[in-house]
Amino acid sequence: MKEKLVNLYNKDGTKKILASLMSIIIGLLVGGIAVVIVGLFNERISLAGAWEGFRLIFAGILSTGRDSAGALSWGFNSANVGNMLFRATPLILTGLSVAVAFKTGLFNIGAPGQYLMGTAATLFVALSIPDGAIPDALVWVLAFISGCLAGALWGAIPGIVKAFLNINEVLACIMTNWIAANLVTWLFDKSNLKNIVEGTKTAYIYKTTYGLVDGAYVDGFGVATPKLGLDKIFVGSQINAGILVAIVIAIAMYILMNKTTLGYELKACGANRHSARYAGIKDKRNIVLSMAIAGALAAAGASLYWLSGNTEFFWTTYQSLPDEGFNGIPVALLALNNPIAVVFSGIFMAMLDIVGLQLTKLTAYNEYITDVIIAVIVYLSAFSLVIRMWLSGRKKDKVGAVNANAEPSPDAENENSGEEVSSEETPTVSEEEAEKGGDEI
Amino acid sequence: MTFLIQQTLIYAVPLMIVALAGVFAERSGIINLALEGIMIFGAFIGVLFVRVMQQAEVFQAAYDAKNWIALQGFELLAMLVAAIFGAIFSLLLSFASINLRADQTIGGTALNLLAPALVLFLVRIIANQNTLQMFSGDSASWFMLKRSTFGIDRRAEVDFFTDTFLLKVYIATYVCIILFVILSIILYKTKFGLRLRACGENPQAADSLGINVYRMRYAGTTISGALAGMGGFVYALTTTNCSADGSVAGFGFLALAVMIFGNWKPGNIAWSALLFGLFKCIAAAYSSIDINGDGRFLLAELGISSHLYRMLPYLITLIVLAFTSKSSRAPKAEGIPYDKGSR
Repeated sequence: MKEKLVNLYNKDGTKKILASLMSIIIGLLVGGIAVVIVGLFNERISLAGAWEGFRLIFAGILSTGRDSAGALSWGFNSANVGNMLFRATPLILTGLSVAVAFKTGLFNIGAPGQYLMGTAATLFVALSIPDGAIPDALVWVLAFISGCLAGALWGAIPGIVKAFLNINEVLACIMTNWIAANLVTWLFDKSNLKNIVEGTKTAYIYKTTYGLVDGAYVDGFGVATPKLGLDKIFVGSQINAGILVAIVIAIAMYILMNKTTLGYELKACGANRHSARYAGIKDKRNIVLSMAIAGALAAAGASLYWLSGNTEFFWTTYQSLPDEGFNGIPVALLALNNPIAVVFSGIFMAMLDIVGLQLTKLTAYNEYITDVIIAVIVYLSAFSLVIRMWLSGRKKDKVGAVNANAEPSPDAENENSGEEVSSEETPTVSEEEAEKGGDEI
Repeated sequence: MTFLIQQTLIYAVPLMIVALAGVFAERSGIINLALEGIMIFGAFIGVLFVRVMQQAEVFQAAYDAKNWIALQGFELLAMLVAAIFGAIFSLLLSFASINLRADQTIGGTALNLLAPALVLFLVRIIANQNTLQMFSGDSASWFMLKRSTFGIDRRAEVDFFTDTFLLKVYIATYVCIILFVILSIILYKTKFGLRLRACGENPQAADSLGINVYRMRYAGTTISGALAGMGGFVYALTTTNCSADGSVAGFGFLALAVMIFGNWKPGNIAWSALLFGLFKCIAAAYSSIDINGDGRFLLAELGISSHLYRMLPYLITLIVLAFTSKSSRAPKAEGIPYDKGSR
């Protein structure tokens, strides 16, 4: 048994997971400490309030509100868990988007723009087809696919300028983000999809449950992602089958990246663009393709989110970019760009989201602390290589003493890491990182 | 015309100084993608400083007595504080990328995520809303140079130069321009500047000549952080009425584009910052720009959608980069962590 554990610990995959888990724990601790410090310096927050905030950061997902005595109560909260899975859907897909681009050596910071373009295409298609013209299921599929296509086209732009004009993709992505933000606002401004039925809602687009009946929008005649009974399990939440679609796409991306020639070529371009070309791989085509796939994935996240039937798009978005897009970066980094691991890290990020909402609802703190936690995790993953080296170094010291006392067992993370270990056979990130350094910005 | 020049300068100067911040980091070999984040942080710290000082009524007597010199000193002090904290914030990037040899792009992205999150978290707790404003008054009444500052009568005729460059402007704008010139000279005409640039081109060679590459890179990023932090506060002071809401509207990234467009050279950067400033100005105020003073607003009459004007700065950046990228020459060693042992 001990030997098995040592072997497991020595595996590269285990160390990667350990490094990610350490990033998570340090990130949560920093968030918790920040909450306590702010509580100490702010006269409106008592010490008990700070302690409540600290506990909510670690276990907010299990919070069920306050009991009659006013103390925090804990337990399984089906609405929280369901909403977590609902919010994880776009995060998993934007995470996949960033991860796939990373594998090709590209930093896709353009996910917010691709997400927005996907949003626009999906909503336009879903809302423009009159009710009854074609079956609802077909409308849903058409809306989803056109969203993906819009995202793919938008993602291809930075890919093209990177491949053919050697413009740094980070800069191109940032510019396309803001262009998308303005373009989407412009399109919706000119459209007749603005919700005018409910007078209190200005600057919102119709939910997709609205359908065009005799030239007017009526609620209940549109399309929405089916719930497949998931709402019976997670009572009171917004969950629908979108999460299942996201997981299927993640598995498909895993197969594409690890079991197909295309995936191999993409990864080869990421590892070393020049030697890939030497080996006869069309590097420029692959860079464009990789960004297009990344764009389609980010847009798929948007499609699933807005097709859910209970989300409304705020269309004057030109001053801000959607958080779901940027949060794809930490999701991918935390998962070390493994498509299967992205599912778990996406759900983790969504959990932080819920924690933030609980903090806002139950304490004097606000949801932005969870963004601080995410930023700390990204910061740590920037030098995850160092953490892994440090883990390896410690391993060497312990090898001699392994019989005397048990290895620090990786039990703690076993509950969700078992299936990830086996899937870790992709080239290590370290090589990619070393190659990416030569990029110009 | 006066309006156009003033507005352009207001947008161009933060871009210029922050692009120079980018130059100092990249010329020393560190990609500073965190400019946006440092600007956000600097803006917050500057506004917070002004607010705390107002709360403590440190400068209230000067304000009541209309002692403009003291108030300008207050403004400069706030700039200094923002610069110091910007420098401290940038140490997070230097530490990760110099000592831990982290991926600089990801490190910068982390700072860009951290700054707005931290700022909004604190702003919500301090001000109970999403925007941190001055405690009393506004930046125009406290800091702006205006007729009463110079004792010019309200109805008196002023010449074009005074009207454009001395009235309704902030001293911060000119301080930034002076700093820009001084720092450009330091970068090109001093021993320190030469060594800094050497570390961005060929750190191994620099090291072999006894230059401490790590220290030089720390110097580069710290100067960069200070300038970006100050630029963030100047942006907040001049364009958002001295308020901080965890955003500088993508100015940090635009500054990066200006830097690349300016080919990492201060002279070119100054011109491209003016160009970008002009486009930003058109985007923000196209409907009230009266170019030749005949009382007609030409750009508004063209009937082009305001959305297009807002899109223009980004669109033009992309197009311009497409045409200039072939001739652009980045510092050779930027983005590559320096490893003494490597060959």
